[in-house]
Amino acid sequence: MSAGEDVRQLPEEPLPEDVVNRYRVMQKAGGLVAPLLTVILAFLISGVVVLLTTRSVSDTLRTYQGIFNGTGLDWFFRVGSYSVGVPFTGARVWFPWNTNDISSQAAANLEQTLLLWTALVLVGLAVAFAFRCGLFNIGGQGQYLAGSIGAVLVATELPHVVALPSILLIVVSIVAGMLAGAALAGIAGLLKGTVGAHEVITTIMLNWIVIWVGSYLFAVGGPLQTKAAGAAGAVPSSADIPDSAKIHVFWGDPLFQGLTIGFFVAIGSLVVYNLLLNRTTLGYEVRAVGHNPEAARYGGIGVARNYFVAMAIAGTFAGLAGALDLLGWKFREDITDIQSSSIGFIGIAVALLGRNTAVGVGLAALLFAALQTGTASRSLDPSIFPPELASSLAVIIQGLVVLFVGADVIVLILLRRVRGRRQQRTAPA
Amino acid sequence: MKRLPHGWRAAAWIGVLLGVLAALVALPPIEIRSAVAPLLVGLVALTVGIGSWIRGERRIGSYAVAAGVFGLLIGYLATRSSVDKLDAVVVWGALFAAMLRYATPLAFASLGGLFSERSGVVNIGLEGMMLTGAFFTVWGADRTGTWMLGLAIGIVAGGLMGLLHAFFSISLRADQIVGGTAINFLALGITTYLFVKLYGSEGTPSDVSTIPSIHLGFLGHGFIGDVFGRLDLLIWVAIVLIFVVWIVVFKTPIGLRIRACGEHPRAADTVGINVYAVRYGAVVLSGMLAAAGGAFLSLGFNGSFTPNMTAGRGFIALAALIFGNWRPFGAAAACLLFGFASALGVALQTYSLSISTLFTALPYVITLVAVAGVIGRSIPPAAVGRPYVRQ
Repeated sequence: MSAGEDVRQLPEEPLPEDVVNRYRVMQKAGGLVAPLLTVILAFLISGVVVLLTTRSVSDTLRTYQGIFNGTGLDWFFRVGSYSVGVPFTGARVWFPWNTNDISSQAAANLEQTLLLWTALVLVGLAVAFAFRCGLFNIGGQGQYLAGSIGAVLVATELPHVVALPSILLIVVSIVAGMLAGAALAGIAGLLKGTVGAHEVITTIMLNWIVIWVGSYLFAVGGPLQTKAAGAAGAVPSSADIPDSAKIHVFWGDPLFQGLTIGFFVAIGSLVVYNLLLNRTTLGYEVRAVGHNPEAARYGGIGVARNYFVAMAIAGTFAGLAGALDLLGWKFREDITDIQSSSIGFIGIAVALLGRNTAVGVGLAALLFAALQTGTASRSLDPSIFPPELASSLAVIIQGLVVLFVGADVIVLILLRRVRGRRQQRTAPA
Repeated sequence: MKRLPHGWRAAAWIGVLLGVLAALVALPPIEIRSAVAPLLVGLVALTVGIGSWIRGERRIGSYAVAAGVFGLLIGYLATRSSVDKLDAVVVWGALFAAMLRYATPLAFASLGGLFSERSGVVNIGLEGMMLTGAFFTVWGADRTGTWMLGLAIGIVAGGLMGLLHAFFSISLRADQIVGGTAINFLALGITTYLFVKLYGSEGTPSDVSTIPSIHLGFLGHGFIGDVFGRLDLLIWVAIVLIFVVWIVVFKTPIGLRIRACGEHPRAADTVGINVYAVRYGAVVLSGMLAAAGGAFLSLGFNGSFTPNMTAGRGFIALAALIFGNWRPFGAAAACLLFGFASALGVALQTYSLSISTLFTALPYVITLVAVAGVIGRSIPPAAVGRPYVRQ
C-alpha cells in the first residue's frame, strides 16, 4: 500500500497520498494548533455524552473537574510547606510528598498518572518510530506483553541459576524484555522487507499469538503457572518476582504502585528517540525510507533492512515498557492482565496525536495517562458522575482523538484555502 | 507444466488427502490404536508434498506438507490418548455443528469486509462494527420485544458505524487504518458506556427474545442430523449469503463496479462510475454485515451482551478475508477452518485447559504463515487503502 509502487496512478494528485507524507505536511502546517484543536473537539463531543448522562451543564463541568482532580495534576496547585515524612529530618518541600506512604491523595494520583505516562511514552514511541519508517505498528500491545513475559521469565528463573546482585538482575530482566519485544516486532519487519506482507496484518496476528501463548504459559496447568501456596483460587499467574528484581520506587508507597525510576528511563528514551532519528545515519535512513522507499532504494539505502531495523527498534521500546511495568509495579504476569490490557492500542493514539515527535509523544502520553487515571473508578466522586461509566468515557475520548487526528485533511483543506487566497493576492495583475 | 498436465498437482492433492487420512485413522470411528499407522501415512503425505513442491507445485504442495505434519501429529497424539477421552472429544456431529456456530459471526464480518476492501477501503473497524451490532441488537430486542426489530436496529447501528468510517476515509480522505482503529475505540467505548448505563451490573435481561433455531427433525439423529438439525436461523442466512455475495461481486454489473473502484478508481471514474457512491455503499454494507455477525454472537449464540464480547473476532474475520484471497468462497473456507479450530479448542478442554488455550493461537499462526506468502500469495485489490480524489 505504500506510494510509489503503483505505476498506473496518474502522477498529479492534488494531495500527497501516503500517511507519512501527510504527517510531514501536517507537521509543517499545524504546529501545536491542530492536535490541540483535535483534543478540544474530542472533549467537547464527549462532553455531550456526559451532558446526556448527567442532564445538567454544571454537573458536566463538575465531572470534568472531578476527572481533572483525579489525574493528580491538581498537585501542582497545592503549593505550601509539606513534610517529607522521612524520620529524623525536618526537611520540608513545596508540594505534597509521599515517602513510603500515600499521605497525599493528589500526590498518589500524580504518581499513578506518571507511572502510566512512563509506559505510554514507550509504547507511543514504538508506534511513532515505525511510523517514521512508513510502517503502521499496531503490534505495540503484543510487543509490550512480550516484554512483560520476557522480563518475568528472567526475573523469576534466573535467580535459581545464578545469584546476581539486584541491579544486575534488573538490568538483565529489562534487556530480556526489550529483546522479546524486538524479536516479535522484528518478525513483522522481516516479513514486510522480504515478502512484502503488510505490517498491519502481521502485527495484529502477532498480538493475538502473544496473547494466547502468554495465556497458555500462565494458565491452569501451563508450564509457568506458579505452584506457590496461596495462589490457588486466584487468577492463574506466574510466580512473583523476587524483591531483588523490583525496580526502586522513589516516590510513594513501593507496595502500592509508587513511581519508579522507570520514569527517568522513559524521559531518557524520548531523548534517545530524538537523537536516534535526527542525529544518526540509522535515523536518516529510516526517515528516508519512510518518506519515499523508492527514492531511498535509488539512493542506495537498503529498504528491507530498514523495515526490519525500524520494527525491531520499535519493538524494543514497547518491550521496555512491558519490562518496566512488570518489574516496577505488577511483579507478576497473570492471564487476566494479558487478555485485557489495552495499553499498546492507546500507544497508537499517543503517537498519532504526538505527530511522531519526541515532544509530541511526551505531551500526548501525559494527556492519555491523565485521562486514564482521572477516569479510574477510585478517583471519581460517584455523586457527580458514575465512576463505572467514566472509564468508557475515556475510551470514547481516545476514539474521537484518533478519528480527528486521522482526518488531518481538514487542516489541509483550510490551509490550502488560505494559501489559495494569498496566491490570488500576490498574483501579477 | 504442459507436458505434465496433472501429474504433480494431482500428486499434491493426494498428499493432502493422505495427510487428513493420517489423522482420521487414529480418530473415531476407525480408531487404530497403533502409532505406526498415522506415522506411516503422515510421512507418505509429507514426502509426496515435498516432492511436488520441489517439482514446482508450490501451493498445493505446501498444503500437502502442512496436512502431512498436522495429520501425523494429531494421529500420533490420538493413539497416545485413552479411548474414553478420545470418544468424548471427537464427536464429529457436535464438532461440525460447533464449527458452524463459531464460523458464522466470522463469515458475516468477512463478507462485509470483502465489500469494503473490494471497493478500495481498508476496514480494520470490522471489530468495532461487530461489537456495535452485538450491543444494539440485544438492546433493540429488549426494547421492542422482538428479535426481528432488534436485529434490524443492530444492523442499522452497524451501518451507521460504517457510514462514519466511510465519511472519514472517503470524503475526508483520512488514513483508512487510522480511521478503522478509531472506529474500534469508539465502538468499545460507546457500547460499554451504554451497557453500564442501561443494564449495569445485572447484565442484559435473560428473557430477551432470541433469534430462533431452525429444527429440521426429518434429518434424524445421524451425522447430518447432528450437524444441521438445530441450527440458528442466522447460520443458514450466512450460508446462503456466501453464494449471494459471490453472485453479486462476480456476476453482476454492481459487483464489477465495486471491483473496478478497488482496482483502478480513476478508470472506473472515467467510464462514469461514481467512485465515491460505490465506496460509500460498500463500506456501509460492510458495517451492516459485520453488525449481523455481532448480532448472531450476542442474540443468537449467547442470548446476552457483555462488554467487548467480540474479543478480536473482527480481526480474525479480516484475517479470513486475506487468507481467502478476498474471495467469498475462499473467505468462507477460511472462516470454517478458524471455526473448526475454535470448536476443537473448546473440545480439547477435556484433556487440558492450557493446551486448549494454546490451540486458540493456531488460527493466527496459520494466517501469519499465509500472509507471509508460504502458502500461495495473497494479492489485495490494487487500490485498497488509497483515498480517491476526483479530478
